[in-house]
Amino acid sequence: MATALVDPKHVTMSDFKGKVDPDWCPGCGDFGVLAAVQKALVDLQIPIHEVVTISGIGCSSNFPGFINTYGMHTLHGRALAVATGVKLANHELTVLVTGGDGDGFGIGGNHFLHTMRRNVDLLYIVMDNQIYGLTTGQTSPTSRVGMKTKSMPFGNIEAPANPISLALAAGATFVARGFSGEQKHLTELIKQGIQHKGFSFLDVFSPCVTYNHDNTYQWFRPRVKKLEEDSAYDSAHWMTAMEKSLLWGDEIPIGKFFERTDLPALHEAEPVLNGSALLQQDPRIPPDIARSFVEELM
Amino acid sequence: MKQTFTIGIGGAAGQGVATPGDIFAKIFSRRGLHLNAYNAYQSIIRGGHTFLTIRTGPEKVTNMGDRIDLLIPLNQDAMNRHLKLLTRGAACIYNAETIKPGVAEEGVALCPLPVSKLADISRNKVAQNTLAVGAALSMMGIGFQALEQVLTEQFKKKGEAVVAENVGIARAGYEYASANFKPFAWPLPMANNRYAVLSGNIAMAMGGAAAGVKFYCAYPMSPSTGVLHWMASHARKAEIMVRQVEDEIGVVNMAIGASHAGVRSMCATSGGGFALMSEGLGLSAMMETPVVVIDCQRAGPSTGVPTKTEQGDLWQMLGAAFGDYPRAIAAPLDIGDCFKIIPEIFNIADRFQCPGIVLCDLLLSEGRLSVDPKDLDFAPVVDRGELITPMSPIRGSNGDGAYKRYKITDSGISPRAVPGVPGYTHTAASDEHDEDGVLISDEFTNPTKRRAMMEKRMRKVRGIEAAVPPPVLSGPRDADVTLIGWGSTKGVIEEACEILTEQGISANQLQIRWLVPLHGDAILDILKHARHTIIVENNYSGQFARYLRSETSYVPNGYIRKYDGEPFMPHHIVEAVKEQLGGASKISVPTHEILV
Repeated sequence: MATALVDPKHVTMSDFKGKVDPDWCPGCGDFGVLAAVQKALVDLQIPIHEVVTISGIGCSSNFPGFINTYGMHTLHGRALAVATGVKLANHELTVLVTGGDGDGFGIGGNHFLHTMRRNVDLLYIVMDNQIYGLTTGQTSPTSRVGMKTKSMPFGNIEAPANPISLALAAGATFVARGFSGEQKHLTELIKQGIQHKGFSFLDVFSPCVTYNHDNTYQWFRPRVKKLEEDSAYDSAHWMTAMEKSLLWGDEIPIGKFFERTDLPALHEAEPVLNGSALLQQDPRIPPDIARSFVEELM
Repeated sequence: MKQTFTIGIGGAAGQGVATPGDIFAKIFSRRGLHLNAYNAYQSIIRGGHTFLTIRTGPEKVTNMGDRIDLLIPLNQDAMNRHLKLLTRGAACIYNAETIKPGVAEEGVALCPLPVSKLADISRNKVAQNTLAVGAALSMMGIGFQALEQVLTEQFKKKGEAVVAENVGIARAGYEYASANFKPFAWPLPMANNRYAVLSGNIAMAMGGAAAGVKFYCAYPMSPSTGVLHWMASHARKAEIMVRQVEDEIGVVNMAIGASHAGVRSMCATSGGGFALMSEGLGLSAMMETPVVVIDCQRAGPSTGVPTKTEQGDLWQMLGAAFGDYPRAIAAPLDIGDCFKIIPEIFNIADRFQCPGIVLCDLLLSEGRLSVDPKDLDFAPVVDRGELITPMSPIRGSNGDGAYKRYKITDSGISPRAVPGVPGYTHTAASDEHDEDGVLISDEFTNPTKRRAMMEKRMRKVRGIEAAVPPPVLSGPRDADVTLIGWGSTKGVIEEACEILTEQGISANQLQIRWLVPLHGDAILDILKHARHTIIVENNYSGQFARYLRSETSYVPNGYIRKYDGEPFMPHHIVEAVKEQLGGASKISVPTHEILV
C-alpha cells in the first residue's frame, strides 16, 4: 500500500487554532462552543480563509480572536448587521456570527428580528448564559423570573425572552438549540446550520460558571432532551416546533426544532447578484449606461 | 447685475406645484439657459403651502435670488402670501374664477385667466395649472412648440388623447395671454448649451455610482431619501446592491460590513439618523474599514423641521463617536459639486481606511441646478489604497503567514486584506488591538501597545491633510470685506459679493469645502490680509465660526446667521454687510420675508 499523502488543502483542528488562547473563566461553556465550531469546520473541510467569524461585544463575543479564520469583533449588538453586509458583498464566504444573549436579544434585538426575516445565509450562534458576564453579572433578556443579580438584587420581575419561539415567529428558516455540555450533538447542529442555505439560528446553553448560579451544567444536564431521540419529531413542521419551543421545566428540548429549505436566501433573491459575488463585479459604469443616466435629466 | 428671470409657483401640496415646475425647468434647460430651483414645503402629503421658485438666466444661476418676476398662485392662500413680494415689471397669473387678487404694487401686472371659458375643468382638474404655464410662456416670448414637445413627452404614456387634451389647454392659455397680457420686457434668450437638471441627492447618488459604489443602504429620512430613490431605481442598470435597513444603526454597520468584504459602500441620512450612526463611525475608524456617510442636514434639534434647511450638524460631525480618530469631512459647494465630492472622499476614505463624511444640506439635496453634462464624469480617478483582495494581482508585502493587519507604519496606513484571500486571516477588532489584531482590551492590556496603535492611526491625519487641497480666496485680495462661508452658501455669497462690488463695496469670498482637514494655517494666511471679515452660516450659534476659532484662534469682525429654516437670499447678506461695515452691529440675523 502506498504511503498516504497529506492533502495540503486538508484542514485540521490546529489550522483553526487562534493566535491567543481564550481568556474565558475556567469551566465557561463557551470553550465547548469554540471546540464544536472548530470541529464542525474541520468536518466540513472549509478552508480557514473562506470563513468569517463576526461578533459583537461580551465574553462570548471575544470568540473571533480565539479561532483562526477571518474575524471581526464589532460593536455591541451589531454583529448581524455587519455580517449581513459581509455576506451580501461576498456571498462565497461562510459567515458565522457568534455572541451572547445580551448582545443578540437585548441591544441587538432589532437586527436579530430583521436578519431572520431577510433570510441572510449565515449561522448565528448565541452562547446563551442568561446573564451579563463581562459587565460582572446583571440580568439579561433570558434571565429567569426570580433570578437575583447585581442589577436586580431582589430578583428579576421581567419575563424572559424565548429565543426559539422568537426565531420561529420571525421566519428563521433553521432554528436549533444546543448545549455546551453535549459536544457531539452541538457539533452536528453547527454543521447543519452552516450547510443550511439561509438564516440559521442556534441558541446554545453555555453556562456562566461565575455569575449564573441558577442555570448551571448540573441544572441543565437532567433537563435537556434531544429532539433527535424522538423519531416521530418532524422538524419540517412549524407548529410542532412552536409547541416544543414553549417547553421549559423538567424537560427542555435541544436539537433542531425547525428547518425549511424552500425559501431563497437574501443573496439568492437579490437582483444584482446573478452568479458572481458583488466583490467580483466590475464597479465601473459602462459609458453608454452613464450617458443614459445623464440623458434622463435633460 | 446678472440678468435672470424667476418664477414662483405656490399652492397646497397635492395641487400639482411640481408639474409646472418640471415643465419650466425642461424648457429653460433646453433653451440653453441655466437654472436653479428651490422648493419650500412642509412635512405633509396633501395640503399645507408649497412654494417653488425657479430662477433662470443665460449665466450660471446659483441661488433663488431676490426677486420674483412671475407669480403663479394656485390657490387663494398662495396669492395672499406672495403677491406683496412682486415689484414693478413683475406679473401674476391666476385663476380669475377661484382666486381674488389683493392689492399689488404699482407696475405689477395682474393677469386673470377665465379658466372655465378656456378649458373643460370638469374633465381636467389641473387645467388651471396648464393654462398658466401656456400663458407664462407666451409672456416670456418662448414659442409654443417647446411646450408642446415637453407636454407630449410627459403624457405620451397616457395615450394620444391625453396628450392632445393637455396640448390643447396649454395652447388656449398661450393664445389667451398673447391676446390679452403684456409680454415681459425681457424675453428669455436662447443659447446653444444643453444642461442636465438635477438635485443634490441625485448628484450624490450618481457620484457614488461613478466612484464605484457597489453597496448602498439606507433608512428613509428627509431630506436624504432622494439618494435612496435614485439608487433603488437605477440599481440594476448601475449594478449597485441597494438595501433598505431597519434603522440607521443597522445601515452604517451593514455598510461597514460590505466595505470590509471589499466593495465601496455608501449610505445617507439626516441629523437624527446620523446620531444613531455615530458609534458605527468609531467602529469604521478602529477597524480601519472605510465607509462614506452622507448627512443631509435639516433644521434641528431632535426631529426638528424635516423639510427645512440648516447648517447645524457641523459639531455633531466633528464630535461623532467617542475617542480620537482620523476622519474626513467635506461640504459640497453646489449641486454639481455634490457629484464630484463623492469619488474624492471615497479615495480619501479608502487610502486612509477611515470614515468619510459628506456634509450636505436640504438646500442642495432637494434643490435643483442646471449642470453641464461634462461635469458629470463617470470615469473619475479611483484610488482604493493598499487593498488586498482575491482579485488583486500583487498581494502586498507582508503575506505568507507574516501578515499583520495593523502593521505599524510611518504613514499609519497598514495594507488591508479582505476576507477570502488565502494567507491573510486576521481579526479586525473594535476593541483596541495590537498589530496582529489581537485584543489588548481585556486580559492583555498594555499601555505601550495602546499608545503605539493610537499614534499609528492618528498619523493618518497628516496624510489626509496632504491629500486634500487648502481653500482659496476668490475675488480681489484687497477687498473691503471678506465673506467666509462653508458648503452650500457658496452661490449666494458669490452673488452677494457681486452686488456689493456693483454698489461700491469690494468683496471677496473664502468658501470652505473640506472641514476636516481644515488647513488652519492656510486659512490664517489668507485672512491676515483681510480688512473686514464676516462669517456667513445657516445656523444659530455660528458653528463654523466656533470651529475656526478652536482650530486657529481666529475671530472674525462679524457674523451673519440664519436659522429660520430657509436659505439666504443675496440681499440678506448684502444688507447685513452694509449694516456691519457701518458699525451698526457685529451679528446680523436677516429676516426671511417669504412666508413659507
